[in-house]
Amino acid sequence: MSNAHTFLFRTLADPTRRAIFERLCRDGEQTVGALTLRAKVSQPAVSKHLSVLKEAGLVKDRSHGRQTHYSAQPGALAPLIDWTGQMMGFWQSRFDQLEDLLRRMDQ
Amino acid sequence: MTETKTVTVELELPFPPEKIWRALTVPHLLAEWLMQSDFTAETGHHFRFTADWGSVDCQVLAVEPNKRLAYTWDAMGLSTVVTFTLSPTARGTHLRMEQEGFKPGMAQAYGGAKLGWQNFLGKLERLLEKQA
Repeated sequence: MSNAHTFLFRTLADPTRRAIFERLCRDGEQTVGALTLRAKVSQPAVSKHLSVLKEAGLVKDRSHGRQTHYSAQPGALAPLIDWTGQMMGFWQSRFDQLEDLLRRMDQ
Repeated sequence: MTETKTVTVELELPFPPEKIWRALTVPHLLAEWLMQSDFTAETGHHFRFTADWGSVDCQVLAVEPNKRLAYTWDAMGLSTVVTFTLSPTARGTHLRMEQEGFKPGMAQAYGGAKLGWQNFLGKLERLLEKQA
């Protein structure tokens, strides 16, 4: 197992941190405040988890006014993923869109 | 290691091959279900698919109108060939997509959230359990 794998596993091994990452993947970009409301830990703890996730490349931050918005960077998980499984998911979702398009197209 | 892997998706569509061929080869239609591109159905033509997560470099390998279309699919270390085969059936068309040429251990940074994310999370959980 490579260092990159070990680092990602270690980063995501903490259940609270993993829950924050999963929430960002599911619900899109959010502020620390919004994440804290849903987490079972304090805002400083959430901020700490976000900085660890950021260090691992799993989240990205963006300042907007006084707020910092965080978003997931699932591409950082690339080393862990079985690409055939992922491409299968890719094509299946695209073919669903193809069927929709064919229904809308003129003959 | 020269082992390759193949991803195959097959589906029955209640539409004639000619209509599906248009969806596979006309750029503005292709953009509606796959990605933006400068595709043209000419053997040897180089083109590129672009999406918010990156791009895919391609070259057309085979064009048999309403029957078969093949192109290379190279993106961030992933070097594959995608082939679409259309066969008319009593009810419409059988469409087969085959993507082959995956090498083991290849990494590619597709937007995982969009591509079977739930499925992936399940795998991640199992991997993490093994690590613990």
